[in-house]
Amino acid sequence: MPRPGFVFEVDRSAPPTLFWRGEGFGLEKLPAGRSRVIYPAEPLAPLDDIDGAIRAALLHPIDSDPLPARLFPGMKLTIAFDDVSLPLPKMRRPDVRQRVIEAVLDFAAAAGVDDVHIIAALALHRRMTEAELRHAVGDRVYDAFTPRGLLYNHDAEDPDSMAFLGTTPQGEEVEISRRAAESDLLVYVNINLVAMDGGWKSTATGLASYRSLRHHHNVHTMQHSRSFMDQEQSALHSSNWRMGKVIRAAGVKVFQIETTLNTDTFPSPFQFLAKREWEWTARDRGTYIATTASLRRTPSRVARGIFQSMEAPHQMTSVQAGDVEAVHRVTTANIYRQQLTPVEGQTDILTMGIPYICPYNVHSVMNPILVMCTGLGYFFNMYRGKPLVREGGVVIMSHPTPWEFHPVHHPSYIDFFEQVLADTTDPVEIERRYEKEFAEDEWYRHLYRTSYAYHGVHPFYMWYWGAHGLQHAGRVIIVGGEPRCVRRLGFMPASSLDDALEMAADVVGRQPTITHLHCPPLVMADVT
Amino acid sequence: MKALVFDRKLMRYAAAHVAGSIVPGRGAAVGPLRLSDIDPPELPGPEWVRIRPRLSGICGSDLATVDGTSSRYFEPIVSFPFTPGHEVVADTDEGRRVVLEPVLGCAARRISPPCAACGRGDLGNCERVAFGHLQPGLQTGFCADTGGGWGTFMVAHESQLHAVPPDLSDEAAVMVEPAACGVHAALRAGVTEGDVVVVLGAGTLGLLCVAALRRFTAAGRIIAAAKYAEQQRLARDLGADSVCEPDELPRLVRRMTGSFAYDDQLTGGSDAVLDCVGSDASIAQCLAVVKPRGRVTLVGMPAVVKLNLTTLWHRETELVGAYAYGSEARPDGGRVRTFDLAFDLVRTAGLDRLVSAVYPLAEFRAAIEHAASAGRRGAVKVAFDLRQEKERYR
Repeated sequence: MPRPGFVFEVDRSAPPTLFWRGEGFGLEKLPAGRSRVIYPAEPLAPLDDIDGAIRAALLHPIDSDPLPARLFPGMKLTIAFDDVSLPLPKMRRPDVRQRVIEAVLDFAAAAGVDDVHIIAALALHRRMTEAELRHAVGDRVYDAFTPRGLLYNHDAEDPDSMAFLGTTPQGEEVEISRRAAESDLLVYVNINLVAMDGGWKSTATGLASYRSLRHHHNVHTMQHSRSFMDQEQSALHSSNWRMGKVIRAAGVKVFQIETTLNTDTFPSPFQFLAKREWEWTARDRGTYIATTASLRRTPSRVARGIFQSMEAPHQMTSVQAGDVEAVHRVTTANIYRQQLTPVEGQTDILTMGIPYICPYNVHSVMNPILVMCTGLGYFFNMYRGKPLVREGGVVIMSHPTPWEFHPVHHPSYIDFFEQVLADTTDPVEIERRYEKEFAEDEWYRHLYRTSYAYHGVHPFYMWYWGAHGLQHAGRVIIVGGEPRCVRRLGFMPASSLDDALEMAADVVGRQPTITHLHCPPLVMADVT
Repeated sequence: MKALVFDRKLMRYAAAHVAGSIVPGRGAAVGPLRLSDIDPPELPGPEWVRIRPRLSGICGSDLATVDGTSSRYFEPIVSFPFTPGHEVVADTDEGRRVVLEPVLGCAARRISPPCAACGRGDLGNCERVAFGHLQPGLQTGFCADTGGGWGTFMVAHESQLHAVPPDLSDEAAVMVEPAACGVHAALRAGVTEGDVVVVLGAGTLGLLCVAALRRFTAAGRIIAAAKYAEQQRLARDLGADSVCEPDELPRLVRRMTGSFAYDDQLTGGSDAVLDCVGSDASIAQCLAVVKPRGRVTLVGMPAVVKLNLTTLWHRETELVGAYAYGSEARPDGGRVRTFDLAFDLVRTAGLDRLVSAVYPLAEFRAAIEHAASAGRRGAVKVAFDLRQEKERYR
């Protein structure tokens, strides 16, 4: 029986705590008597028969006819699937998406369906490469569909391939993939890694365009999503659900398939990274020492390659299919079952180690904007109830934060960093003055459509993702960050955790209470 | 009289070249420049007057001379030994405060009729700077007969003198000559209404170009590439709409002009670029960010540079120089002296604030090193202050 997540109160005898620092990690001694560490739950037991569970979900869906009953000869079937941003790290083959898509295709073949398109639902993310597509859907599916142009990346900037479906009562325009909208059935294949994923967000975001996305990917929405991981309190969720109603009213039939994974995040040599430090074996300690020593001597590019090639032994813990909303309720419960950890009260400081990866730098560089987004966006928002740090408190991240960008994947990020953040770091100001220019820049459009670049507006979304955190925190400090780069983000650089705590003192006093989010593996705090 | 004198000493010149290439401005310590007691220059003719410098600026071309990096092109149009200094505010013996327009054109050289350029008022293009009754010298400060601003006395032709209004400080007045360079460059850049204009480099000349573009052209957006924080602040203050570091320039111009790109070469680009650096790299960058058929104006003095001109050929780029000043075309077809515009610019843009430090002649080595590393040290214009030199009161 896997142990649930728990809160460890740091005392004098507690061993140092692991902090991620990009492509590396270190141990830090947290002040005893006023620090606590939130540990994730151990990985839930996987499903015994994954393919059997998938078939069962398709044959016995929730609030829907079985999939075979919804398939018929001559129909248009579109299968959309989550892109390279999920899961993290990428999972060992066979990927969940491959298993699900193959099962769906088996049913489609049996029903005589021959008009099938498979779309990587990447919204404004970069296009997936051939290798990434093969990894996600498997060679068999890739080889059968890609040569005929039937498996492809969503293109939100192709006006001919988008369909406008209407507006919500709040005036939010809904525009999604024309192929998906005009199909007799849209099957959406999800990997629900965190509580925000899935539901109507799959179609309303993953297959949407800037015209549509701007209605919820904005500062107001993010500042009113507390947090965006909590569906009950998420303006982002509400907006996607309103759009879902428009999609449904437009006659789009969606068969939703959602899967959850356990938190088995690291392959065997690195499993100590998911352990509680006092349970490290001699072998774990040896691996830690050897790894940190060798990483210190490894050029960052090489270290990045090593980490990015890591494949997680994630296992599926649930699969459910059918009606979007009904399915998502079950999925969310399964995510909470794995990730939700009860925590009592807030502290003055929240510390977090920022790892080498986030949804937007797979096979890429964790650039400074993504460091901000991972810390103040994702990790800060891993709560239900209230944030782990009190309003006006201090967030301390650890990451080297180099002034480095992937020129192919993140061209507009470079300009955002150089030209926008040099001017202001205020999300409201940024949105008002710069978003449109970037979103409509033809060069970024070109790179998004033909190369492997994130859309021009994407760095704005990353900044907005952290807008609630920015608004909430009284100060943000990055330990080990390149000073010039950290200052450009509007944060304070510190060379050590002790220095950071000293710098935090004039905001939270000299004896602050501290929470450390021991993540990854993923953990979501249920703060009361 | 006391003056800094630059002599033709090849070994010292070579030493200056080496030292200056290691530490900018260090050529002053080992090169041919020396502080000397010399005889005051004689008046070359009846229209000449003796003037006593009050402030005299240190210019980029002076630094190139002192550090032994200036082009051999100048050899026939300078004469040795000379006292440098051509950015001068001075007193005449009758007590007039004047700014020197240093070009030694046909009028100063008693050449009549004047060359075509001087006839048009384009003094900087004078075709006779090595002829006439004076020794060669394209400007005061490079001519053996006139002395220069880095000495307590010098001589000037009446045509070279501009009266300084009483309410204009010496610091403002000493900026008039470099401001005239900025004005001429800005007007030479061919800017039309709404143009996107790039100024690469934000030393004195770059900042003055920004100010002049804002004051005298209808540029739509001015982008300044500045290396140092203080330069960036001043560029913004003087009229730049966007400011970036030099290596960020291609990306900023691309976005501002809606251009596409291959590496750092833009497919479109800005309408005009003013290069206020004058190096291989800066000129190459200008060519990369200017639009096809756009104009690159070389304002900073280049020497020998190595360039790939394929882009210039392929994109039909205009590459022009902007040297000194003279007169500028008015919208009504008439001409106005560049110095008149420069006085206006100095006053309206408050350019006296660009004078960051002044030194006595005796501390010339420190002054020159300061000027050579001005940007890094948060300075702009460094000048010699001769107002306290005892010699000038004898």
